[in-house]
Amino acid sequence: MKYLLACLLFVLGPSLHAAPLKVVASFSILADMAREIGGERVTVTALVGHDADAHAWQPRPSDARTVMEADVLIANGLGFDTWMERLAASAGKREVVLAAEGVKPLEQHDDHSHAGHDHGPIDPHAWQSVANVRIYARNIASALIAGDATGEAHYRERLARYDAALAALDADIRQAFAALPEEARKVVTSHDAFAYFGASYGVRFLSAAGVGNRSEVSAAAMARLIRQLRKEKVPVVFIENINDPRLIERIANEGGARMGGTLYSDALSGPDGPAASYLAMMRHNADTLLAGIRP
Amino acid sequence: MIDALVTPFTDFEFMRRALAGCLALALGATPVGVFLLLRRMSLMGDAMSHAILPGAALGYLAFGLSLGAMTVGGIVAGLVVVLAAGLVARSSILKEDASLAAFYLMSLAAGVLIVSLRGKNLDLLHVLFGSVLSLDDGSLLLIAAITSTTLLALALLYRPLVLECFDPSFLRSIGRWSPVAHYGFLALVVLNLVSGFHALGTLMAVGIMILPAAAARLWAKTLPAMLACAVGLAFASGVIGLLASFHLDVPAGPAIVLTAGLAHVASILLAPGGAFGARLYRRRHLEA
Repeated sequence: MKYLLACLLFVLGPSLHAAPLKVVASFSILADMAREIGGERVTVTALVGHDADAHAWQPRPSDARTVMEADVLIANGLGFDTWMERLAASAGKREVVLAAEGVKPLEQHDDHSHAGHDHGPIDPHAWQSVANVRIYARNIASALIAGDATGEAHYRERLARYDAALAALDADIRQAFAALPEEARKVVTSHDAFAYFGASYGVRFLSAAGVGNRSEVSAAAMARLIRQLRKEKVPVVFIENINDPRLIERIANEGGARMGGTLYSDALSGPDGPAASYLAMMRHNADTLLAGIRP
Repeated sequence: MIDALVTPFTDFEFMRRALAGCLALALGATPVGVFLLLRRMSLMGDAMSHAILPGAALGYLAFGLSLGAMTVGGIVAGLVVVLAAGLVARSSILKEDASLAAFYLMSLAAGVLIVSLRGKNLDLLHVLFGSVLSLDDGSLLLIAAITSTTLLALALLYRPLVLECFDPSFLRSIGRWSPVAHYGFLALVVLNLVSGFHALGTLMAVGIMILPAAAARLWAKTLPAMLACAVGLAFASGVIGLLASFHLDVPAGPAIVLTAGLAHVASILLAPGGAFGARLYRRRHLEA
């Protein structure tokens, strides 16, 4: 009898609005998208939270439990968070939804050695182009509908609203950068994450990837970058939210560039920061880049 | 040839800063390493560097990449471990090495625990590895200040330290200098490890302290000669390591420590005090 009741509850549960759909995303940016589309029908957990580096992440036992209890698992794909699938498999889950499914991938350009920061041949940071995230949003919405069919209308409506906001943002950024002369649109960042942004909005990102994320820096890589800054007269250098600022300061100083503000690439900021959501992050990044490029 | 040796330093300020950092470390940390070696406490340097790590990491977690917080955290953690170990050694039947091992392990475990409790994946490798290539004004001034303090303190403590190295019971019998020399010296070890971790990181800081000292021990017969030889070797390792990093595209910190390591291996093979030294040099002496 008890068992039957439990079964009944389980079947009726979602339609009664009793338990929201449990969604687990691999990192903060995906979690934000899922929240935008799911609204009050879902609870979203990000395994790698804000301001944390998904590259260097190690799961804890509590994370395995979070994954085990999840109804829908969302990862980026493109080789960014392969640990998610391993984690899901070890927790006995079959399916991980890859948000970047259907995005046209860019190849990782290899003008610097990528010691310690290798995703394979494909650049996974596809969310840096808003046009791609419209695909992300559709994928996430389908995943939510598959997990909670009764809420389909709700998800579709929220998706439409979110998609409109994304489209508007995409147009805004495109327009703002198109207004600048092309030769001014080049900057240096400390981490090779903005190729999609560059391709979509016509900005050249010289990356300091040899001066990359986790490996220790070689003097050769620093010298290469400084020479490049001097030669191409790059006006501005940006730090991201997960790197050693002293290094970038030194490089900017010697390359004769200004220091730009902070760009957010792989993680959102805390709720009080300037990049608390994906939309805010992209708007902040675009504004910061524009403010740096314009003298 | 000269071009390859000089232009990296004339073209790039970060290379000059790294060079200045290496010189300061060679002048400060290496003499301390010589005394550590003579007191048969070489491994203690390693233990102390682990004891410092949690303090520095705590400073890093609480205040971000702040020079002051990490320095103060490291120094406090190091001094607490040294004092606690010393007190226990003097008041119980445990010897100094045992109580030091116990306290540094506790300190290390506490550090790892605190870091993971924070739950964030802040990149602690900056603390572990440091970077000699990103020395800013603050770090350079700090390293230089610690080196100056070390040289002054070593000059003042030179006599008692030498006695403590070679005849500690005599030093204890003639006055109250023994604890001053002992704790003063341990404080210097902590200070120099902290200065080393800004340039090379906690893992590598011990390398520049011990390796040149061990190599110099194989060459020199007197203490002043050994000090001079060690400092020279340390600075040369710094220069060669930096150039290797520049030309061969390898990380600077490990390159510097490995160069010192190579110098040490070469000394084992070639120096009078090395593995073949006695035979090598006696035969030459007889033939001459």
